[in-house]
This record gives sequence, structure tokens and C-alpha cells, in this order.
Amino acid sequence: MAKAKTNTEDYLRMYRQMVRIRTFEDNANQLYLSAKMPGLTHMYSGEEAVAVGICEALTDDDRITSTHRGHGHCVAKGAEFREMFCELLGKEEGYCRGKGGSMHIADQSHGNLGANAIVGGSMGIATGSALRAKLQGKDDVTVCFFGDGATAQGLWYEVMNMAALWNLPVIYACENNGYSEYTRTEEIAAGSIMARAEAFGIESHQVDGQDVMAVNDLTRKLVDRARKGEGPFFMELMTYRYHGHHVGDINREYYRSKDEEKDWKENKDPIIRFRAWLVSEGIATEEEIEAMNAEIEKDATEAVAYAEKAPYPPANEVDMHVYAD
Amino acid sequence: MREITLSQAVNEALAEEMRRDETVFILGEDVAEAGTPFKVLSGLVEEFGTDRVLDTPISEPGFVGIAVGAAMTGARPVVDLMFGDFIYLVMDQLCNQAAKQHYMSGGKLTVPLVLRTNLGATRRSAAQHSQSLQALVAHIPGLKVALPSSAYEAKGLMKTAIRDNNPVVIFEDKLMYQDKAPVPEEEYLIPFGVANVKREGRDITLIATSSMVQVAEKAAAMLEKEGIDAEVIDPRTIVPLDEATLLDSVKKTSRAIVIDEGHQSYGVTAEIASRLNEKAFYHLDAPVLRMGAMDVPVPFSPALEDLTVPTPEAVVENARKLCAGELIHAA
Repeated sequence: MAKAKTNTEDYLRMYRQMVRIRTFEDNANQLYLSAKMPGLTHMYSGEEAVAVGICEALTDDDRITSTHRGHGHCVAKGAEFREMFCELLGKEEGYCRGKGGSMHIADQSHGNLGANAIVGGSMGIATGSALRAKLQGKDDVTVCFFGDGATAQGLWYEVMNMAALWNLPVIYACENNGYSEYTRTEEIAAGSIMARAEAFGIESHQVDGQDVMAVNDLTRKLVDRARKGEGPFFMELMTYRYHGHHVGDINREYYRSKDEEKDWKENKDPIIRFRAWLVSEGIATEEEIEAMNAEIEKDATEAVAYAEKAPYPPANEVDMHVYAD
Repeated sequence: MREITLSQAVNEALAEEMRRDETVFILGEDVAEAGTPFKVLSGLVEEFGTDRVLDTPISEPGFVGIAVGAAMTGARPVVDLMFGDFIYLVMDQLCNQAAKQHYMSGGKLTVPLVLRTNLGATRRSAAQHSQSLQALVAHIPGLKVALPSSAYEAKGLMKTAIRDNNPVVIFEDKLMYQDKAPVPEEEYLIPFGVANVKREGRDITLIATSSMVQVAEKAAAMLEKEGIDAEVIDPRTIVPLDEATLLDSVKKTSRAIVIDEGHQSYGVTAEIASRLNEKAFYHLDAPVLRMGAMDVPVPFSPALEDLTVPTPEAVVENARKLCAGELIHAA
């Protein structure tokens, strides 16, 4: 594995954050399957090393924009289970008071400018956040998460052009999980995705998105340089989503095989890989890791139970927050 | 009082707010040295530099999206959209992103953004540079919409828009940029949601927006000669709308015509007329009339284009019929 953060505490936090994402998603999926969650949601399981590797290279002052598949980014940027589950269930104590739901969680206190349900819809927002940093002489960096499917949106090319012209501190992070909703990426993307960013003179990197240390190592270097005005940058993170496009996308053999899914889960899982490394390097014992997993599972179970009992927003909230004071 | 053009008024408003608040900046196509095709922004780049008067590529969704992100993180961008017709290009950024962030985040995020653009036909600019699309954005909860009718309104509403914590779309009439009006030297703001009674009258209320305020005032002067006393009201902002002032007037006059340069069907005139019907029905002596632009793409030929927008003569004719108790367009 690549070198990244160098002290034990950092390694364990990265592991912990990846397990928290997986655990959150397993619980969210159960809420859907047991018909306790309104609507649908999009699972991040399998892509944990991307969100954690990147967000562990950021501070709370650094901003991210997220996507419809956004729970991973949200957890990785520091959000709490309780407020997240409350939001998924449309409860008043959710991050958005139940008004946003799974696809719109924003957590401003940790610099998460919010998930976006329009594919590619946040590319302008991320670039604008970076422009604001530059204009105001701040050294924060904005990371724009999006999937391979969003590279087909014209907005990206417009904002990359401006980010490159103005040297903005923004990192475009393309999570290439191989599928644009229900369609294989090679069917929707001509040529090379990296070459598209390179065409604007943007330094671009492809990285193994299942290797949290490789992701973190690269991101830390790019963030440092972006702070010094050397941005923007582009990262293509090669990863895989274990579930379908959304939780209801169960029968998906018409677009990808079970063998392919099995191969990624058994041989390329970011959590299994990192756990094995932690143990082999003597950073944690199997017992310590199992204890950490159990603690996270307990946190999630308690948060779900809390969210299930939590009140819905009162009716008078329906027309509140349409306009700011 | 001194008189300045609408263009100068907008320029002054921007300069004053940029001096007052260093987070205010302008971005758009040809806003810096060119000062826009209408020269409204001339001179601002000399005072504020290219960081705060920022020329963009011809990428409307891109720079509106960038403005949304800047606004969400502590800046107050004023986006210059060269023609109102280009609003179709930015609908996702404006309506899905800017308008909804505050609500979707349960009140945590705000988008203090101003989108400056224009409206108005009869400039011989044909179908894609002549539309008045205020109804499109007024339909979207979360956006505010201002329609200045003179240099005085243009300055006061712009200053209020910049200080507002919500996305505001301001449509200036591109034919009025050189029109002069008295504008005080000292600072003033015009609050949103406060209509201006331009002329008091007893017989009929003419509610008119933007360019149509001049049309209504000319019609009122012509009607006066016929012994019809028309009241003219400029709502100034259609979101929020000062319903109370409009209702009070209609309850007094019992007749109303609503005039706006957007297409008539499903438009601003329809919305206002409907509210008057719902809330002042028993005070009315005649149906509330809508007068908008014809429901056709704006034609190029002057002979045709001039037929598509409300004129003072047409307003007079309709007002005369309403006051005489003749139903217009009766089947």
C-alpha cells in the first residue's frame, strides 16, 4: 500500500471512518428493505477509500460538494450518525430538519456544502467556493465529488475551463465506479476521462480508489499545492459500487454480472485490504479491530433506534426556510 | 433633483455596494473593460479591478453555478446575464440549485446572489434577444424577482437586492437604459414587496410592471382627457408581491387591467389578475383584464414586432370598454 498519514492514530481513524460508512450504509439499506425509510437511497458501499482518503486530507475549513451517492462523503467529512439517520427518515433532528433527505444532506459545520440530486449539479458550486477562497485570500480548498456519469454533463467543461483560467483551489474528484446508473461507463464515455481534464491544462491523476493510503497520499499532496495557488487538479479514482444504482436496483444482471461483483468484494475491498495491512504492520490487532467494528455497529444501532423514535417536523415547518431573513 | 439614466443608476448602485461591502463582486460576459454591450458597467473595473469585475467565458450555466457556490460560502456575487433570453441556459443552476439550497438544508445554507438581466421587445432583436421571462423565475419558490420601472427604482432595488440573503433576479428593460429620471444624490434603498402608487385615480386601476409602467402612465394621461380617472400602480417586485396595495386600489376603483411585457398565457398578468379575482371579487364591476405580450415568438420585422406588445392606445381602448361596462372578448 502507498504511504500516507504516518501516525497510528491517523491510520486507525481512516479505518474507523471507512467502517463507519459501510455500517451506515448497511443500516440504511435495512431501513429501506424493512420499509421504514421513505423514498430511495444510493449506497456508497465499496467506495469508502475514496471519501475517507480524500476527506482525511482536508480540514473543517476545506469544503466539499457531494452527490446523490453522498452518505460516504458526509460521514468522511465528520457528520454524526444520529443526525444523518434522522435526515434519512425525514425527522426534525436531521441535518436539514428532514427537508433534504438522503440526497441533500448538508453539514456546513464540517464544510460539507451538500449532496446534490442533479448529476453534475454541484460542479459550479464547488468551483464557486474555490473562487470565493481566492478572491477573499483564504487558503481553503474545495473538493468536488462526482461520478463517471457526471462527466457527460456540459457544466463540468465550463467550470473546469474557468477554474484553470483562474488557478482556483478546487480538486475535481471523479469516482469512476464503472457504471453510469444502469449503463456501463464505456458505453457513455468516449476517449479518456483524464484527457478531458488535461485538455484544459489541468494536472490529472488516476489512482486506485480501493487503496485508502494511495488516495490519501495523493490528495494531501494536491491539497497542499492547491493551497499555494497551484490548482486546479483532477483525480480519477477507480472504484466500485457494491449495490445497484439505488437500493431498489436489485436485479441487475442485465448490466453487470454477479461474478464481477463477487470479484470486487472478495479481492478488492478497501476495508479488508486496509485491515490486513494494519494487522501485518502491527498497528492494530485483530481483537482491537473487532472491538472497533463492534463499537461502530452499536453506535449505528443506537442512532437508528433514536431516529425511528424521533419526531417528524411540525406542520408549520412546511413553508419555513423558503426564504432567508 | 438631478436626473440620471437607468444605466447610470445601476452603475451607481453597484459601485456604492461594492465600496460598502468587499464581498460583493460582479461576474459575467464582457463586464470588465467592455462594461457590457449596453455599457451599464463602464468604469467599474477601473475602480474595483478585474478580481471584482470578472470577465467570464461564454458559459452561462458555468458562471451562474460558480456564483451560487461563491454565494453559499460567504461572497455576494452579482451575475450579469447579458440577455434575459439566456435564462433558459441557467435554469438548473438558478432553479434547482440557488432557489432550493436554503430550504433543502433546513435553513443552514444561504445564497445571497443577484442575477442582473434584461427584458423587453421592440429593439428589433428578434426571437432570442427580446423575451420578457420574469414569469418563469417568479414561478419558482426561493427566488425573488424585481422589475425596476425607472432609474430611481433601478438603483434602489439593486441596492436592496445585493443586501438580500436570497437569490434575486432583476430584469432591467433594455430599451430604458438611456431613459433619465430624478435620482437623489444621497443614499436610499427601495424595500422589496412595496408597490408604488404612481398616480391616484378613482375609476380604474392599471397595474403595470417595468417598461409597461410608462405605457400605463401614457394611457392614464389619455384617459384623463376622456374623463376616466385611472390609478397606476407599479408593484416593483413581483416576488414578494405587495398584494395589499393592489387589493386596496381595486376595492376603490372596482376595475383593473394588469399589464406586463411577458407572454400573456400563464404569465405575471394572469397571476395578479387571479389574486384580485380571488380576494376582491365582490368589489369588482368588471372582469380583471390581462394585457401581456402576444403568445408568439417575438418577430423580427418592425411591422410585426410592434403588434406583439401592449401599447398605450390598446390600454386606453380596453379601459374605456371596461368603464363602459362592455365585456371585452365576450363570446
